[in-house]
Amino acid sequence: MDSDYAPAAFLLVQGEKLWLSPVLILLAFPITLIGLRKSDPLFARGLILVGGIGFFWLFAQGFAIGIRGYNFSWLESLLGDLGDRQFGMGYGAMLCAISFLFMFTQGIAARGTVGGDVFVAGAIGGVIVIVLVFVGYPIANMLFSAFIDDGGEYSIGVFFTKFFDDRLWGLACLSDGRCGAAWNSLFLAIIVGFTTTMLGLAFALVATRSRFRYQRSLRALTVLPIITPPFVIGLALILLFGRSGSVTVFIADLFGVQPTRWLYGLPGIMIAQTLAYTPIAFLVLIGVVEGVSPAMEEAAQTLRANSSQTFQTVSLPLMRPGIANAFLLGFIESMADFGNPLVLGGNFDVLSTEIFFAIVGAQYDQGRAAVLAIVLLCFTLSAFYAQRAWLGKKSYTTVTGKGDAGMHPHLPRGLSIVVITIAVIWALFTLVVYSMIVYGSVVELWGVNNTLTFKHYITAFSVRIEDSGIRWSGAAWDSFWTTITIAGIAAPLTAAVGIVTAYLLTRKNFAGKQAFEFGTMLSFAIPGTVIGVSYILAFNVPPIEITGTGVILVVSFIFRNMPVGVRAGIASMTQLDKSLDEASLTLGANSWHTFRKVILPLLKPAILAALIYSFVRAMTAISAVIFLVSAEYDMATSYIIGRVENNDYGLAIAYSTTLIFVMLTVVGMLQLLVGRVQIGRRTLQGTEVRV
Amino acid sequence: MLKRLFIVFASSLIALGASINASQADKLTLYCSAQEEWCQLLARSFEDATGIDVNMTRKSSGETFAQIRAESSNPKGDIWWGGTGDPHLQAAEEGLTMEYLSPMRDQLHDWAISQAESSGNRTIGIYSGALGYGYNSDIVEANNLPVPACWKDLLKPEYKGHVQMANPNSSGTAYTTLASMVQIFGEDEGFEFMKGLHKNINQYTKSGSAPIKAAGRGENTIGIVFMHDAVQQAVSGFPIVVVAPCEGTGYEIGSMSIIDGSRNLDEAKMFYDWALSTDAQNLALQVNAFQVPSNRSSETSPSAPDMSQIQLIDYDFRKYGSSAERKRLLQKWDEEVSVLPQ
Repeated sequence: MDSDYAPAAFLLVQGEKLWLSPVLILLAFPITLIGLRKSDPLFARGLILVGGIGFFWLFAQGFAIGIRGYNFSWLESLLGDLGDRQFGMGYGAMLCAISFLFMFTQGIAARGTVGGDVFVAGAIGGVIVIVLVFVGYPIANMLFSAFIDDGGEYSIGVFFTKFFDDRLWGLACLSDGRCGAAWNSLFLAIIVGFTTTMLGLAFALVATRSRFRYQRSLRALTVLPIITPPFVIGLALILLFGRSGSVTVFIADLFGVQPTRWLYGLPGIMIAQTLAYTPIAFLVLIGVVEGVSPAMEEAAQTLRANSSQTFQTVSLPLMRPGIANAFLLGFIESMADFGNPLVLGGNFDVLSTEIFFAIVGAQYDQGRAAVLAIVLLCFTLSAFYAQRAWLGKKSYTTVTGKGDAGMHPHLPRGLSIVVITIAVIWALFTLVVYSMIVYGSVVELWGVNNTLTFKHYITAFSVRIEDSGIRWSGAAWDSFWTTITIAGIAAPLTAAVGIVTAYLLTRKNFAGKQAFEFGTMLSFAIPGTVIGVSYILAFNVPPIEITGTGVILVVSFIFRNMPVGVRAGIASMTQLDKSLDEASLTLGANSWHTFRKVILPLLKPAILAALIYSFVRAMTAISAVIFLVSAEYDMATSYIIGRVENNDYGLAIAYSTTLIFVMLTVVGMLQLLVGRVQIGRRTLQGTEVRV
Repeated sequence: MLKRLFIVFASSLIALGASINASQADKLTLYCSAQEEWCQLLARSFEDATGIDVNMTRKSSGETFAQIRAESSNPKGDIWWGGTGDPHLQAAEEGLTMEYLSPMRDQLHDWAISQAESSGNRTIGIYSGALGYGYNSDIVEANNLPVPACWKDLLKPEYKGHVQMANPNSSGTAYTTLASMVQIFGEDEGFEFMKGLHKNINQYTKSGSAPIKAAGRGENTIGIVFMHDAVQQAVSGFPIVVVAPCEGTGYEIGSMSIIDGSRNLDEAKMFYDWALSTDAQNLALQVNAFQVPSNRSSETSPSAPDMSQIQLIDYDFRKYGSSAERKRLLQKWDEEVSVLPQ
């Protein structure tokens, strides 16, 4: 058997790789505890000790011994040359790590921490470990490089030189030059956060609280941008408003002015991002707007408040967590967005693309990329804290389980007209953009030869029936199947991790909860380009060697998208009264049962949102993916970007259109699978969460 | 509870420490830095010719270089084909690629061999292309702009907001432009030229050929690119006119290197030899790639720019391909040119 890849147990029997033997011994050790009762202090202490040491040893040996023997020179001088080597860990090691971890948490629970609850202890331990391994470790690895100078030595000076660079903080745009990327990003993110939240709120209100007749079609429209690869919106905008875009040329002819490149830069990115992220704000806000208990509003009206007073003093304040979340998401998404600035940025430099250039450019300045990432992180974290401070400690609980009855009142008349107008205009705009996308996929050569043709679809998705079966001969099939598979694996995992984390954050108190929350939100605040490169650096070498596989893509998606699951879960869970849990616990159920039988069913909207969002993001993500795809696992988006770079808009847009329809189908099927949401009587009135 | 515990421990004992990572025979991982169709065609044709499975990833030469560097302690790729020569030279300089003397060398043009020699035989020329620019004749006409013919013409104030080139930090093409200007005009005057050009530039793009593609679609007027890219747009039906600047111009040598530590070295060498043959190089014509192939007997397209008619400078690949000089020029460009108001 090949000693580089054989299971450790076999190797140990043959007397090889003896540094793995403690793992085996420790794994077997708990057998001696089997006779003990759970309340026995020895049971708890034994498990904690075995789990802790085993886990530590597993990782310590992994880091210490690599493909060239010892990884650290001091180990070599201490212990002499090893004369052996080991490659990355496999599934067996993963199972071992899980075993040790749960021994440890079981021990902790047996000691009576977190109410002696095995499920809660295990869940906390599990989330902490995976976040540390797949977010903390690669990012720390990457950030350290901010302090490494050209010679490979650590130096604070290097960091400050790069940090106070004029290209970052320059304010020349106040006169006639260009501003630094940091200011550009900040300015853009604030505008986009604000516009997406306002539009999202308008939509949520129209969809749930107005007499508008086409609510359903409005809801369907809002979902379109979210299932579109972001740069496709950019392309459509170019086809409409670019220097030679249809609208630009039409207006230029009409008024006899010169067409300009006004789209490239801040205006273009802003429009594209607003189109792309309004649905996210909508998805966050609709849950909250629906979750506000009609009982409170009815109470206000019974006390003779008119509809606008009710809205201002009761409904709106209760929506605050949603509004803050929506702003935060829009802000961070805009900061981290990569596709739109890449296509539409012109000379408007933003942090995310600057990071990309620092890494892929000929300069290959990892340190600069890391410094830029730190700046970006500071912005997003400030947003995170501002949001928390604003929400304060008020209670937003409205779904109490105590006679939740009643109907949402309609919006005040004036407001209703305003939001419907906004929603309709925006919907029409979206419609135009999307018809452009479809139209662009069926013309020969955009702008030059507008003959209708299906040739782009045929190039991408042709299928031949041969004797040996179906042959997928189109150019796009490989990347298409890979994308579907990877997204399909990542989505449920993402939703699961996100919802469990949200449950722990809202329902359980434990030491270090703040740090826990911070850690789980961190990966969202870090732009994909940085995640991509840090993953390549951290996971290309043992002990965790997963670059070039599909696993690294799945992992990157889980941790990129997990915060959305967490956010959705938190937003919904803060509205579920704790007395529901307490009732369940009082009736003798444990945490796991309560979570499964009480919380989960009430969280269906959040779960659905998390599932849909993570699936869709996995199919449309580009920034991290562009670094992580390999020859075997090429993703649809990186393939499409390749086509765009090649000026082959036809094929790129045809492929994107196909992706859009595929995602629509999947979203529809998921909806059927997870089922409809029924909270209270008002679902009977046809306001179930439709996405 | 204990029973369940026991099951978990027992099963984890059985599965302890396995890794699925078996190596397979007869496959090749190709990093390709030319356009998608060309890469695809090349990979499939090699499969047909040899029966070796090819895993191909297409990325720009800068991205590929970054990836190879990031993977250097545990290389995943076998061979890197295509893309401008500088990153190949840099990779050679850093020892990321390995020395190989192909039996095909005596069939190649001199420039292909000199590329190999300047890298210690770690890379070799597979095609070459001259730098130039192209303009959208419709827009030039509609705006009554003068027709450009030289590099210095691009400095005319009429072209303000009409010229596009890639960012030299991210694109090999644009770096070649910068290095060529320094070699044509001398360093000081070359940088003065770049500063003047900066005033007319409407955008520094990421990808080297993006400026001419934007010009083709009418999003831009003049794009500074390799001439074969401009020809390709013209052949695709876009209203592009290709210009070989009167002062003379620099050129690139598209290169190929075997990645050091390749896991499929024999297959990589087979690919290397095959890629230098006329069979492989004639494939370029099928995908509208108008570079000049390095094998002397390979066919050239009638649409390709005639290299003998273009005034080529004596481009110093060794000097301007080195990391130190590159870093110095880019930093100077960043500090003196890119920050200027436009």
